[in-house]
Amino acid sequence: MKAGIVVFPGINRERDMAIALEGSSGRKPRMIWHRETDLSGLDLIVVPGGFSYGDYLRCGAMAAQSPVMAEIRAHVARGGYLMGVCNGFQILTEAGLLPGALLRNAGLRFLSMDCHLRVERNDTVFAGKYAAKQVFRAPMAHGDGNYFADDATLDRLEGEGLVAFRYVTPEGDMTAEANRNGSARGIAGIYAPGFRVMALMPHPEDLVDPLMGGTDGKPLFDGLAA
Amino acid sequence: MIVGEKLARSFGLSGEEYARVLEIMGRVPSLTELGVFSVMWSEHCSYKSSRVWLKTLPTTAPWVIHGPGENAGVVDIGEGLAAIFKMESHNHPSFIEPYQGAATGVGGILRDVFTMGARPIANLNALRFGDPSLARTKRVVDGVVRGIGGYGNCVGVPTVGGEINFHPAYNGNPLVNAMTVGIARADRIFLSAAAGVGNPVVYVGSKTGRDGIHGATMASTEFGQNSEDKRPTVQVGDPFVEKLLIEACLELMATDAIVAIQDMGAAGLTSSSVEMAGKGGVGLALDLDAVPQRETGMTAYEMMLSESQERMLIVLRPDRQELARAIFEKWELDFAVIGHLTDTGRIVVSHRGRVEADIPLAPLADQAPLYHRPYVDTPKRAALGEVADPVGIAAALTTLIGCPDLCSRAWVWDQYDSTIGGQTVKRPGAADAAIVRIDGSNRALALTTDCTPRYCLADPEAGAAQAVAEAWRNITATGARPLAITDNMNFGNPEKPEIMGQFAACVRGMAAACVALDFPVVSGNVSLYNETEGTGILPTPAIGGLGVIEDAGAAVGLALAPGLDLVLIGATQGWLGQSLWLREIGGREDGPPPPVDLAAERRNGDFVRARILAGEVAACHDVSDGGVLIAVAEMALAGGTGVQLSHLPAGAPHEFWFGEDQGRYVLAVIDAAAVMAAAAAAGVPAVLLGASALGDLTLPDGVAISLQGLRAAHERFFPAWMAPAT
Repeated sequence: MKAGIVVFPGINRERDMAIALEGSSGRKPRMIWHRETDLSGLDLIVVPGGFSYGDYLRCGAMAAQSPVMAEIRAHVARGGYLMGVCNGFQILTEAGLLPGALLRNAGLRFLSMDCHLRVERNDTVFAGKYAAKQVFRAPMAHGDGNYFADDATLDRLEGEGLVAFRYVTPEGDMTAEANRNGSARGIAGIYAPGFRVMALMPHPEDLVDPLMGGTDGKPLFDGLAA
Repeated sequence: MIVGEKLARSFGLSGEEYARVLEIMGRVPSLTELGVFSVMWSEHCSYKSSRVWLKTLPTTAPWVIHGPGENAGVVDIGEGLAAIFKMESHNHPSFIEPYQGAATGVGGILRDVFTMGARPIANLNALRFGDPSLARTKRVVDGVVRGIGGYGNCVGVPTVGGEINFHPAYNGNPLVNAMTVGIARADRIFLSAAAGVGNPVVYVGSKTGRDGIHGATMASTEFGQNSEDKRPTVQVGDPFVEKLLIEACLELMATDAIVAIQDMGAAGLTSSSVEMAGKGGVGLALDLDAVPQRETGMTAYEMMLSESQERMLIVLRPDRQELARAIFEKWELDFAVIGHLTDTGRIVVSHRGRVEADIPLAPLADQAPLYHRPYVDTPKRAALGEVADPVGIAAALTTLIGCPDLCSRAWVWDQYDSTIGGQTVKRPGAADAAIVRIDGSNRALALTTDCTPRYCLADPEAGAAQAVAEAWRNITATGARPLAITDNMNFGNPEKPEIMGQFAACVRGMAAACVALDFPVVSGNVSLYNETEGTGILPTPAIGGLGVIEDAGAAVGLALAPGLDLVLIGATQGWLGQSLWLREIGGREDGPPPPVDLAAERRNGDFVRARILAGEVAACHDVSDGGVLIAVAEMALAGGTGVQLSHLPAGAPHEFWFGEDQGRYVLAVIDAAAVMAAAAAAGVPAVLLGASALGDLTLPDGVAISLQGLRAAHERFFPAWMAPAT
């Protein structure tokens, strides 16, 4: 897939994302400054992590109002793929492209450590290179990753199979300890209906090189490379 | 305000210094002029008490590109690349307002590094706090950790390492020393000396407000009872703007537009403009009406002394002014031409049609005060004599591994983004030095911060040598080659001869170690007057070390794996003076600190590095606080692997296992016999301690200590201390 990475002021994991995408696809992704409005020719758009506009308002709230968001909506309407990671997840929920919201972590502190994610379904382009129910490791680094939605929305997400990843123990069990940020039903990532839009809080892009401690994140990018 | 000696004194100038101002000016200075003199001649900006000593430090090596004197030190790391790094204190602000004090400390040191053309790739810190039983200490620790994380995480630079000590001597003066490391092309280093009469002087970044006025002066005095009243002198940070500023500056630096550039740090617009013009031997005309302002009605005095954050001053090629403006407008940052260079040799500051300051630059710099402060040597401590072991080895181990100075720092690291950038090979706690790869290269940097202040109090010269040696050792223990250090000298009131004696002896000790280990000082910072109500801190010459390893994949960590033998490298005498065992188990801080044999240090370290690079070492950990058994236990906990110790020491067991003799490493190896033979051939002392095992950590006498119990003890302190009250 031809990929582009949207850069809002304050985004700071765009280079990590570019390294991971290029590592799997062999192609440098296009870096898209937030004022650009021509997204033609791209199959995949990624909204990476960071602190867009400093996140001084609700995380992602300012970026969600940026001109490029209209083009991103058009890209999704055309059937293009869209992935949000961390601040990108927050931005996509603020923009209404995904339901729910990311609240302050349950412990009210920034959390930077590895977590384990369970692949809830592997029949999507994002998770296709993982086995069903496979557990993989990913770094997380966020202050506001506590996924929240009302029960009706959560039930709908579960019912439609839209939960992408959940926080689990290395053995694959959902426990309070494994769900450090306190996300509803241990949800770490979700799909929009159609499975072409996906966002998650942790950073698989920072675990694609054995030298950095593992390649658990690489299958995700291998899936997007095809 | 009437300008005179009384006001000068309230600005921190002595009567004699004010007389010199009158002499230079030939008249009574204006308020703005007095402000400029007082901050430029403050201890913080002028180094007036420390300069004569700092000059004696070794600062050169074939790989040093720029030593002290620039915004940060620059060393050649091969492949046409340079590492740019420095450590700087933000002690006084961090006591007054812990979050913002620590946050702006990170912001300030980042600017020192990217102003030279480097992309920052790593942050570290060295923190000292007071007695953990005080509520105030808890508040300061929490605020400082949140501040460092809040700024570093947002600006997108990984925080990869650091150290924390507790001691009651820091009750009223915590130390926050922040270090940044960046990478630039060795042929694209940007300096601060202004040049080219007529060239525009450009202000970029955040707007100027009334925050931080006289911050440099505040940082140059002791605290009294009312230090909280000084809160308005603390700056407020905006890491979002800093991130934009980094990207905008690096984009501009890819062009040929910049003649000179410097960040506005302590003393803001004053120090940046005076230093840039002074270094370049030119004059400067500033029009303050053009300065972007956050508040209305600011005076020239306020604007010149404001320490508002995230601002830079740039001298541009005149034909590149519009190109530069476009870059900063893209990043939505202020860009204003606020003056130009002149040939007058003076700084002339105009505001609302009036000249508010007109000062000759040469005497402002050349006649800055320089003090040969009187000093007395620190008395040598009497030898310790024999100390009985009241608790036994196993009990001491469990106590020590859980004490505030040795317990797990995970609670702290877990609040710092250490993986952003995707190049962190060894995260905090994984190795003796953090390992950060350089994007697009196999090369990696090894980074550490070190100091053992209790050693420095007991014997400043030996203690400071130890700080340098430990930084060198921590880098060596990963397999990297140590290249250079930055120093952050934190001391009490230099007007007291005992404090000045500590400073002088620490410089002597550092210099000796730097020479012996080929480990020069390339940048640094001095923070004096760390005293509250007459009580000073422990002398704390914090060392930030940098090394390089050609193959990042060859770097080793400290996690023990099954199937390995443990070999202790270096001689063990069983030195308990100033050891943590003596303090935590014996209940006293006593005796001389362990001596540092620099020749043995070098020989042992070079031997260890060669073994690592030959692929013979699976894990390595230096022996420091707490001694051999603590080192072994830390390796076992990091790897989740037990240990069967077999070595029966000749002397008292507690001296062997908890003594803090220097120049030692624990190596985990597959072929112990080969390593022992190589050590014998190299004249390096080596002892087979034992081997990795399933389950417990078992002492030579068969006493087993469960790893689970050790882990619980190790990880208890911070989470329990910081748990919200229920």
